[in-house]
Amino acid sequence: MTTRIKAAPPGHRRGFFDKRDNKGYLFILPFFLVMLVFQLYPIVYTFALSLTAPLNLFENEFVGLGNYTRLFANEVFLKSIFNTWFIWLMNFIPQIVFALFLAVVLYEWKVAGKDTLRTIYFLPNLVTAASIGVLFAVLLDWQYGTMNHLLMNLGVIKEPIHWLQNKMITRGTVSLIQWWQWFGYTMIIIMAGLSSISDELYEAAFMDGASRIQLFFRITLPLLRPILLYVFITSLIGGMQIFDIPRVLTNGRGAPDNAITTMVLYLYNQAFKNFNIGYAAAVAYTLFFMILFFSALSFRMMSGKTKEKGGLG
Amino acid sequence: MIQKRSRLENTVLYVFLIILAIISITPFYMMVINATHSNVEISQNIWLTPGSSLGDNYRIIQGKVNIWRGFLSSAIISVPSVLLSAFFSAMTAYGFAKFHFKGKEVLFWFILSTMMIPQQLGLIGYYNLMTHLRLIDSFLPLILPAAANAAMVFFVRSYIEASISDSLIEAAIIDGARESYIFLRLILPLAMPSIATMSIFTFINKWNDLITPMVLLNSASKFPMPVVISNIRGLYENNFGAIYLGVAISVTPIIIVVVTFSRSIIKGLTIGAVKG
Repeated sequence: MTTRIKAAPPGHRRGFFDKRDNKGYLFILPFFLVMLVFQLYPIVYTFALSLTAPLNLFENEFVGLGNYTRLFANEVFLKSIFNTWFIWLMNFIPQIVFALFLAVVLYEWKVAGKDTLRTIYFLPNLVTAASIGVLFAVLLDWQYGTMNHLLMNLGVIKEPIHWLQNKMITRGTVSLIQWWQWFGYTMIIIMAGLSSISDELYEAAFMDGASRIQLFFRITLPLLRPILLYVFITSLIGGMQIFDIPRVLTNGRGAPDNAITTMVLYLYNQAFKNFNIGYAAAVAYTLFFMILFFSALSFRMMSGKTKEKGGLG
Repeated sequence: MIQKRSRLENTVLYVFLIILAIISITPFYMMVINATHSNVEISQNIWLTPGSSLGDNYRIIQGKVNIWRGFLSSAIISVPSVLLSAFFSAMTAYGFAKFHFKGKEVLFWFILSTMMIPQQLGLIGYYNLMTHLRLIDSFLPLILPAAANAAMVFFVRSYIEASISDSLIEAAIIDGARESYIFLRLILPLAMPSIATMSIFTFINKWNDLITPMVLLNSASKFPMPVVISNIRGLYENNFGAIYLGVAISVTPIIIVVVTFSRSIIKGLTIGAVKG
């Protein structure tokens, strides 16, 4: 619009910022400066570091992809990839099942105390993960822990369980805590997705005599695809970076036998305990490419299917 | 929905919903209860009602770490971060929403794509950079990056686009208002609902962050709450009452924020999801 352009004062050469729209650059400039210095530069710098190894106490030398080849020959690292995926999948699958069910129930059915329930389910999500980790570590202590007292009082078990000594149980415990923290969040996101599906569709299908189960699988689930993709990708990005709970639960050891050493815990220990900076930087980039690859893959698969459907209908 | 449920269905459903609610709350309840019991009591049985050892547990905690100092550090990091992030995100969002300059779309998509980058990717480079700048063990590297908050720019921009009309800004220009005045006195107050919603998230995320302060701070006196708490088990090896109390103190502010603002929080979460 021409009215927006302020006339330049007489005797003044028209400068770049005399055009009002160009002043937008000034408003976005600080953001980009901060992003450049504090986010992008460190990311590029980390990549450069991942190509180096210490020569002596003060100098690094360029080793090309040496750190990466060392990484993939390292048993603990490969194990940390497995642990990260295992912990994520064991939490994500039950999480999405519970969240879908609860979202449908709370959104579509008449339930008393809906809003209160929603807040209660969601509460664990935002509470400091480090504190949650300590809380569960003491609740699950085999000798002092409330969990064993409870199960023994109920007669479920006779001997106290060593929750954090058996490999599988320890991993399962981390997944359980993650599930507990996230099912309410995912439920809320799915409820938002449900609110964008029009009621007419349901009414029409209901008139045609569709059952509740059919409605869910034929209407709800397909139309929720974009929101489920969002949940999947954000959960994947977050889950691959899990650190706080495994770190706190075992005081950073990832014990027993590295059963809950996740990729970021491994990265942290390598970088800031053993000071293998270049090697740890390679872990960071491997993690990044893994996340990128699987996000892109799921994006392609899910959105590809949506298009197909759109073409048919 | 239209269908009716049978009585049995109804009962099963409510039992299920209530059990899940109990599962969600019980750990917090046990935390509060156990914080008031002595170590011996906790080791012997399960308690459902408060005990009388709250004072003792508190003295045990304060004997080794000053837990309020952790609080203070957390506040020193979180509060300026929230202010910086609010101010600069609003500024950037306004720039993108109401100015039409070259390269705007590209720059905006660039910001959006940075949201996909895992937070820890640059951590090692950041640590090295801060070492060179001699900023290790300072609060600054924990606060300054908050000025570039992509999610908040995204959210506030769509709010400004939808709720502040161009004619309002044009009127201000005709009245001879300067750009800084328009932004500070017009845009900032009008965009405040969206800024406030996102600030709750900034605050919670900053307060909860464990890995960044662990990497960047050395002195125990500067550790924020999550770092203090993550070390607490080593300090009070077998004093469970004290540990429970420490955890309880650490999560109280967050629980208050979540319960007070649950409506705005849920709104903020869902808008991001439906648009993305």
